[in-house]
Amino acid sequence: MNPSSNVPEPRPMYWSVRRELWENRSVYIAPLVVAAVYLLGFLISTMTLPRRMNALAVFGPVSQQMVVFMPYSIAASMVLLTGFIVGVFYCLDALNGERRDRSILFWKSLPVSDLTTVLSKASIPFAVQPLVSFAVALATQLAVLLLSTLVLLVNGINPATLWARLPFQMSLVMLYGLTVHVLWFAPIFGWLLLVSGWARRATFLWAALPLFAIAQGEQIAFGTSHFASMLRYRLEGAMVEAFTDHAAKVRILRPSQLDPVGFLSSPGLWIGLVFAAACLAAAVRLRRSREPA
Amino acid sequence: MATIEARGLRKAFGTSIALDGVDLHVEEGRVVGLVGPNGAGKTTALNAILGLTPYQGELKVLGRDPWTERDHLMRDVAFISDVAVLPRWIRVSQVLDYVGGVHPRFDRAKAEAFLAKTTINRASKVKELSKGMVAQLHLALVMAIDARLLVLDEPTLGLDILYRKQFYDSLLNDYFDRSRTIMVTTHQVEEIQDVLTDILFIDRGRIVLGCSMEEVESRYAQVMVHPDNVAAARALGPIHERQVFGRSILLFDGADRPQLAALGDVRTPGIADVFVAVMGADR
Repeated sequence: MNPSSNVPEPRPMYWSVRRELWENRSVYIAPLVVAAVYLLGFLISTMTLPRRMNALAVFGPVSQQMVVFMPYSIAASMVLLTGFIVGVFYCLDALNGERRDRSILFWKSLPVSDLTTVLSKASIPFAVQPLVSFAVALATQLAVLLLSTLVLLVNGINPATLWARLPFQMSLVMLYGLTVHVLWFAPIFGWLLLVSGWARRATFLWAALPLFAIAQGEQIAFGTSHFASMLRYRLEGAMVEAFTDHAAKVRILRPSQLDPVGFLSSPGLWIGLVFAAACLAAAVRLRRSREPA
Repeated sequence: MATIEARGLRKAFGTSIALDGVDLHVEEGRVVGLVGPNGAGKTTALNAILGLTPYQGELKVLGRDPWTERDHLMRDVAFISDVAVLPRWIRVSQVLDYVGGVHPRFDRAKAEAFLAKTTINRASKVKELSKGMVAQLHLALVMAIDARLLVLDEPTLGLDILYRKQFYDSLLNDYFDRSRTIMVTTHQVEEIQDVLTDILFIDRGRIVLGCSMEEVESRYAQVMVHPDNVAAARALGPIHERQVFGRSILLFDGADRPQLAALGDVRTPGIADVFVAVMGADR
């Protein structure tokens, strides 16, 4: 009963999130590897950059902007998509791995509640992974910009055209796009976490097959496809709800194309968030009541 | 306040009954051995005490309900089990960081001092350590926790005798004091009988015998009976009899020692002998 002075105040949430990053280093390694591969590819492509910049002069400003913007857009998409895929696989294993390797009883022997544990695991796809992806994507874009500027300067071309045509608001657009997607995909992450806490093994099959079966069953029984279109809406809906109407078809470069009010007032967002919260609550209960095998 | 207080503890898995009305009363400062055959309900009882399994009946550990207050309870309870394995991917330094980060009663300096006596490398991952080293690491973590109750469920399963001996020696010399309570299950009961203050025999979900070691010593007597006296000895109602090298060894519960001494060599039986006698009685 005599807590020594060298024992710091416990911070279960902070250490539980760090614990997740120790175990799942792919959370930051995967985006970094993708960024590195992309930069290598871009470096090789800079050999033709001066010729392409000169050829650009014949186009109008809008077309110029599209061409100049392309490498930055691709870099960001690749990094962010990688982050999302890592998040999906992370969720499928998050509450399953500790039961599979039986370490759950060790974690449960420590004064950390099931709520803290589940929330710390949910924080990876909901906060940590998106932030890491954003930082890596931004750094990659900056590296692309620096490389291009250097190559142009070395070849005696004024990089002013490049800088003038580059929509720097794209960083803001990227942050917005990332945020709305995390919120929109919340029920997907919640569902995957729940299944990983429930299924003994084959979490991917347990997560995907029931959805597929319901969609098929509906098609056969009623000849309708409401469930399937609901799933499609969940995958694609963020683009429709969070950006101005025509945006889904064109490239999004400017803040004027964002529609945060429309997004926040779409029922799909809130239904999804409630579903995600219900999944997490169920995952907490499951972790608590799962008896040691 | 008793460390563990249970009344009518029941637990069923489907139709099989793991705990069938267990009453327990464990005072602070005791070292209790929970002994029973496989499937007797030992682990289920410990899981209930640790808040890992729901149960019927009354159970209070350090005054708390383990099932609803596990995370609070674990500030005062430490736990080593053969099945509560350390994750294989974690590094020694990371597990020290983590436990230090979440546990209000973890003294890292103590854990480091214990590890310094072993050959465990801080940078190693658990999967790179031998089974004995993993047990040492787990013990180092637990001994650095200023817990009031330590639960050990087959903590030395699969370890060789040197590690087993070292494990219990460290536990008793460096950890145990009269303000802590230890509850331990093991199959190697004779190895720990010197460290126990109390013994609980459990069979088919019921406590068949629960008493202090002093009581065991005063109650039970084992006599290696001279062949001429076998009939006389049997007349005194032994609870168990076995043959060793042609000599009969009879075990008595509550018999008069001087009377037994006349029949052969009397000595205090080991826990294992009492266990066989008591458990064998109703089989």
